[in-house]
Amino acid sequence: MTITALPITAHPAVEGGLQLEVTNVSPQTESIVSITLADPSGARLPSYVPGSHLVVQYGSGVNAYSLTGSGNAPSEYAISVLRVEDGAGGSVAMHHLAVGDRVYVSRPRSAFAPASTATHHLLIAAGIGITPVLSHARAAADRGTTSSLIYVYRPGTGAHVEEARDLLGPALTECSDRGSFQNVLTERLMTQSLGTHLYVCGPIAFMDAVLNQARELGWPPARLHSEAFGAAELDDGEPFTVNLVRSGLKLDVPAGVSLLETLERAGKTIPNMCRKGICGECVLPVLRGTPQHRDLYLTDQEKAENTTMMCCVSRSEDPELELDL
Amino acid sequence: MSITIGKDTDAATLPERIRRFPFPFTGESYRYSANVEPANKNVPTDAGAWGAGVIDIDEFYLQELADRDQILTRDPSRMQVLPHMRPAVWDTIATLLPAMAEDYPDMMSFQREGNACRWQNKLQGLDVEFTVGDDDSLPMGPLRFLGSQIQDDIVLLDIRDNTMWLDAGLVSFAADWSFNFDVGMNFLEIHGPVPRVKEENIIRRAEQFLLRLQPGEQFRRTNWTMTVGNRLDTSTETYPEWGPDRGTIATDPDMPDKLHLRVEVQHLIRLPHTGVLLFLIRSYLLPLRDIAKVPAWRERFGHVLAELPEDMAEYKGIIRYRKAASDWLLAG
Ligand code: FES
Repeated sequence: MTITALPITAHPAVEGGLQLEVTNVSPQTESIVSITLADPSGARLPSYVPGSHLVVQYGSGVNAYSLTGSGNAPSEYAISVLRVEDGAGGSVAMHHLAVGDRVYVSRPRSAFAPASTATHHLLIAAGIGITPVLSHARAAADRGTTSSLIYVYRPGTGAHVEEARDLLGPALTECSDRGSFQNVLTERLMTQSLGTHLYVCGPIAFMDAVLNQARELGWPPARLHSEAFGAAELDDGEPFTVNLVRSGLKLDVPAGVSLLETLERAGKTIPNMCRKGICGECVLPVLRGTPQHRDLYLTDQEKAENTTMMCCVSRSEDPELELDL
Repeated sequence: MSITIGKDTDAATLPERIRRFPFPFTGESYRYSANVEPANKNVPTDAGAWGAGVIDIDEFYLQELADRDQILTRDPSRMQVLPHMRPAVWDTIATLLPAMAEDYPDMMSFQREGNACRWQNKLQGLDVEFTVGDDDSLPMGPLRFLGSQIQDDIVLLDIRDNTMWLDAGLVSFAADWSFNFDVGMNFLEIHGPVPRVKEENIIRRAEQFLLRLQPGEQFRRTNWTMTVGNRLDTSTETYPEWGPDRGTIATDPDMPDKLHLRVEVQHLIRLPHTGVLLFLIRSYLLPLRDIAKVPAWRERFGHVLAELPEDMAEYKGIIRYRKAASDWLLAG
């Protein structure tokens, strides 16, 4: 076992999350590894919506990975990670994890949920895109809804193939080349019954091609769902500086940390309720600079005036903002 | 009235129903706002405190659950579950029962192994085993069972097509609305009749907020109205029973005892496994007579009623007696 110490501080994206222990590491293919995480004290983990992802911290960075289980009262979380040699380093760090290592993770976040009213789930995955749709297939089986899966992977590089075969039986179609996939896809898109929802995950170009074809064949947008592999992007925003005119303070707001948190850390008490840009409590007067409004509270006109901002979610277009504080 | 400050207002001598009442006004006037905040936060009031946990169990527990049972037996339309919402009902049970066991360890316990669960509730002398996902494993089915364990009304909103749909629930204590009428509607349709909120954009904001809640997140807000008589069921269906009282209460010498401030503590919980939005509505009633026992409440509520704009008073159904109530409160 290699000793990977917990990083000193949790990244803001995993704050309020969980500290988990690696309980199993098993290679799926040459470049894909499956990692299982559990609570060190044995506590049950929060349930999650099928298709959810987990943000995992590696060193000072974070990456999001899809959970592959059904999400029903799990005792462990499982993710599968494709090694990307020229990426930001997250996947390589994940490949170095060993049993017993501890990691900071976020709570599971849902961004690719199954539709509750679907009568059938048509799942389409390319490569590592199998991870969230495997979660969908498991949850559908749990709930007694049918699903079918078209899985495209190059021979020898498919992760979770055996599990998919066990779970889906004849409802699984495996394709190893574009031509055969194209034929299967066209046939499936034209023969679905009315309540079917389609879910696709894989490279962007692949997803676009599938979705375009579905739309051309008359699928309504509400029945099409997609997620880029690597999961939802975390919008940390750019760093900026605030100048608090009345207190004579200058503070740096780093990427991934809100203005509200920055002010609180500097000892300021700002009224707030929702911390999500909805309630209107945390409004601050702006003297100079252009806020990047990300709230739902201010009207478009108020946003255009740029004299106030909601500090829990909004950031700055300019390198520096001057606040009446 | 003979309330003297310092003696009768000593919070410790007030009855529980007053000390734990979620008095909603912090200023001298009231307007609609999203007023959402994270759940599970204890709020001190002038008389005591409220809000430490999601599910509140008080001295009226058994009585209110008996009332609910009667209402449901008489009018089964108060409970409905569209077929695609079954998993959400189980998700609700799997979320709330463990939370109650944690908050009330002396009265309740919950164990789970896979999908097999055991629930004990000493207040009811209950010890049941059931299986998550198996509707036949609970007497009366899962939703009605849950409705026999918590005082809250339960509404489940499915999230799809970028909005929310009221597709299941158990609502025995509606305040001037009809669950049966609203089932199957979406968020905007449900809130269509509320005055001002359209202009003030509150509904759209609230909708965006709810759509963005992550599974597992829990928020809450309060809402209020007034009710004549100590009755929780003022649904549209029973209007003939309670509606006429609104016209006579202003001149009724018993007004301070009959007229109640009704406060709803509403929890907004995105369920962890289904992502469905659980909306819990817990209703509290306190007569003016009790409110007057807390001088700060008496005054604040008196001012709020006096100041409330006509259209809001009209919508709340209090227009015919709000002046009488406010005069009585402010007369001290
Ligand atoms: S805290 Fe609610 S808008 Fe900022």
